[in-house]
Amino acid sequence: MKVPFDKLDKAFENRVRLQIMSVLAANERYDFNSLKDLLNITDGNLASHLKALEKEEYITVHKSFLGRKPNTNYEATEKGKKAFKEHLDALEQLIRQQKVK
Amino acid sequence: MEEQELQNELASIRSIMERSSKFISLSGLSGILAGVYALIGAGLAFLIYENNSNLSNPSFFVALHNALYMLAELIIIAVVVLILSISTAVILSNRQAKKKGQSIWGTTSKALFFYMLIPLLTGGIISALFMYNGRPEYIIPSMLIFYGLSLVSASNFTFGEVKYLGLLEIVLGLIAACLPGYGLLFWALGFGVLHIIYGSLMYFKYDK
Repeated sequence: MKVPFDKLDKAFENRVRLQIMSVLAANERYDFNSLKDLLNITDGNLASHLKALEKEEYITVHKSFLGRKPNTNYEATEKGKKAFKEHLDALEQLIRQQKVK
Repeated sequence: MEEQELQNELASIRSIMERSSKFISLSGLSGILAGVYALIGAGLAFLIYENNSNLSNPSFFVALHNALYMLAELIIIAVVVLILSISTAVILSNRQAKKKGQSIWGTTSKALFFYMLIPLLTGGIISALFMYNGRPEYIIPSMLIFYGLSLVSASNFTFGEVKYLGLLEIVLGLIAACLPGYGLLFWALGFGVLHIIYGSLMYFKYDK
């Protein structure tokens, strides 16, 4: 049986990106600062991973202002949700195959 | 990738989805203590009520004075129980949040607070209207019903068990509305006994 490693999404090889996608799969929207607190990483690190996911068109950005403070929210696109689900399915399949071995 | 690694990956996804969407730091111990405060409050209210009804043949003004005095005492007891319960919940949940790496005032706790607040404010207003219009027998049932509704509405943002506590409070409130005169008993059951049972279950399941 062929192990479907190639079905794992390259965009989710990085743990932080996978975690960001998990949060956006469970919540309609999530803002930058809450994501930062939750994942416990630096501004720059989070921003670069968000950029990468945005480039893949897996997430969209909503910018607004709360008073004077900029408030940036992120939302998973349909494409992103589909990719996330397929990645999870592939992970599950891998686990099942290793159990058989 | 090794199987263990894959399992860890899936476990971390599950945990982050839960931590991002639910406030899982609600302390069970604070539920138990809220129940204890409510029972003490109900006991005090009962003593005050008994003392007042023991006066033999009071004049109209003495009776009116006593009734107003009793009402003020009951309101003070309710407010003290409420403040003690909320501050205990905040302090203990803050401790839990630190342990679980969640923020006490983050996305999830804000949602929890907001969805609880709408039914609670509605219930507060309707209770005040019942008092103003001289239907005090409906105050305790509406407190129980609206508190139950607030728990059901907030349950999406914390442990699912909160929903069942809410449903039980609503049922108790509806029964209390059918049995005027037993308000204090239902108040003690709903805010005291149910909180202690629920808090103990949660304490052993999640606090550790």
